Amino acid sequence: MLRFILQKLGMAVPTLLLISLMVFALIRLVPGDPALLMLGDMADPQSLADMRRTLGLDHSLVTQFLIWFKAVLSGDLGFSISTREAVLPLILERFAVSAGIVLVAVLLATLIAVPVGLLAAWKQNSALDLGLVMSATLLLSIPSFWLGLLLLYAFGIKLGWLPVVGYVSFAQDPWQALSYLVLPIVTLTLVEVGAITRMARASTIEVLRLEYIAHARAKGLSERAVLWRHALRNAFAPTWTLVGLILGNLLGGIAVLETVFTLPGIGRLMVDAIFARDYPVLQGCLLLITFVYVLVNLFVDLLYPLFDPRVKL
Amino acid sequence: MSSKPSLAPLAAPAATPRKALRAWPPANALIGATLLALLVLLALLGLVWTPFDPLRIDLLSRLQAPSALHWLGTDEFGRDVFSRLLIGARTSLWISLLAVSFAVCAGTLIGMLAGYLRGWTDRLLMMCNDALLAFPGILMALGIMAIIGASQYGIVLALGIAYTPSVVRVVRGSVLSLRELEFIEASRVIGNSELYTMLRHIAPNCLAPLCVLATSMFGWALLSESALSFLGLGVPPPAATWGNMLASSRPYIASASWLGIFPGLFICLALLAINLFGDALRDRLDPRMRK
Repeated sequence: MLRFILQKLGMAVPTLLLISLMVFALIRLVPGDPALLMLGDMADPQSLADMRRTLGLDHSLVTQFLIWFKAVLSGDLGFSISTREAVLPLILERFAVSAGIVLVAVLLATLIAVPVGLLAAWKQNSALDLGLVMSATLLLSIPSFWLGLLLLYAFGIKLGWLPVVGYVSFAQDPWQALSYLVLPIVTLTLVEVGAITRMARASTIEVLRLEYIAHARAKGLSERAVLWRHALRNAFAPTWTLVGLILGNLLGGIAVLETVFTLPGIGRLMVDAIFARDYPVLQGCLLLITFVYVLVNLFVDLLYPLFDPRVKL
Repeated sequence: MSSKPSLAPLAAPAATPRKALRAWPPANALIGATLLALLVLLALLGLVWTPFDPLRIDLLSRLQAPSALHWLGTDEFGRDVFSRLLIGARTSLWISLLAVSFAVCAGTLIGMLAGYLRGWTDRLLMMCNDALLAFPGILMALGIMAIIGASQYGIVLALGIAYTPSVVRVVRGSVLSLRELEFIEASRVIGNSELYTMLRHIAPNCLAPLCVLATSMFGWALLSESALSFLGLGVPPPAATWGNMLASSRPYIASASWLGIFPGLFICLALLAINLFGDALRDRLDPRMRK
């Protein structure tokens, strides 16, 4: 077990290094002088020269990477070109907003979708199954930003129950914060329920065909015990992987939802950074989201044998 | 395997399958294929004919509600929404198709190599793959678009590269679990070469998850293209895509709701068609699903 964990951890380190290398390469792939990109058009020659020296532009690419990587390791992600703020506190603050929404939505979606998928698989090909699969497929087919716009139109504009534009942090006023977060969370939950239900159903059907299920039935266990004790654990394993992937993809793709609901999350920050050519912020966002994604997937991988004992340690 | 007494009846699910649901073609394939065919026809129609010039600005008839003249109304520049949806269909479907083809070809090759050869090849390939996979699809697409700038084939490249690692992971995963199974061992025992075993026995069994994935990926590509265009990082205006039409509808959501409803509805219908069709295809292709 320890060896398995160490091996997984050992594989995560080069991954993180490769990610850093790619994010570093990003700014070098943009045509033009990196120092000019970092400082913007208005920079005077003196600070340009200083920046060139700081970035080590007269050195080889390897040295440049090492200089940059050393700064990253010490938490120095540079300064935003447009606002002059330090990048790290800025992206951490924005990240908290997005992460909260995504975590709550994925948790809700999993809690709803796994039992539903199990039920549908158990009643495979019945009218109930057909209904559940159709609903899940329909939910899967609705773009989150469109669903968000429709919900905003219905509950914000037509009914006037919830605010349309703005954001209040939890620290300021929990109730008001909730009123701004309800719609984004509901939107994300609905969209992800579709995907997870289908996955849970498909993998349960696969598991129910296996002989150990036949064995469990043959020794006279109740259907409830067969499903919840024997089928669920193995059927949950592929779903568990999907949940990890969804978590990361949502963090990467949340920009659209944050645009619809005008939330100050990391997705919106990143898109704004692309438009403003604010490369230090863009690099910081990419680095943070991908690091989190790697750690989430590592966590998922480490827990995988817990659900599927067939995976060799 | 056939001489072994089958436990299948016990392992079969409790509910008895209905005859109507097992008919070929199944209802979901029929609905999905019909919808998809309709959308493709609309896209092709958009190539040769649209009721109005989709780019012609007519400020006198801006923001008109759907009518006999403008079937789905006009936008904030007085452009005909239906005409723009038609040319948008072509753009969205074509971009998605190219991106998925790229990802499936590249991903299957790498995934089968990694899963079958294992050892250092696997470890090295998966290390690079994990690093790529560690960029959530749309995030990597965003990054690539930031470098090369918004353009139609830029999106194809960005999405194609972004989705390849998922294909690798799924193909490798199923190869890994398959190669432990008895029928693969049996194939080796009776003297089939590794390459033959791989192509004849492992590859077809990877098809099921790959089909599900390719289907989802087509959906993701369509969705991501719309999302990128929605953010202003996709196909640049004045060219029409469903995503950038939806984006430009946002300021008018209260006064001209049709501007936001129809492009979203088209994305939704396209995704529904693709998902339904893909499900039916999976049921058909997966050998384990055959009765």
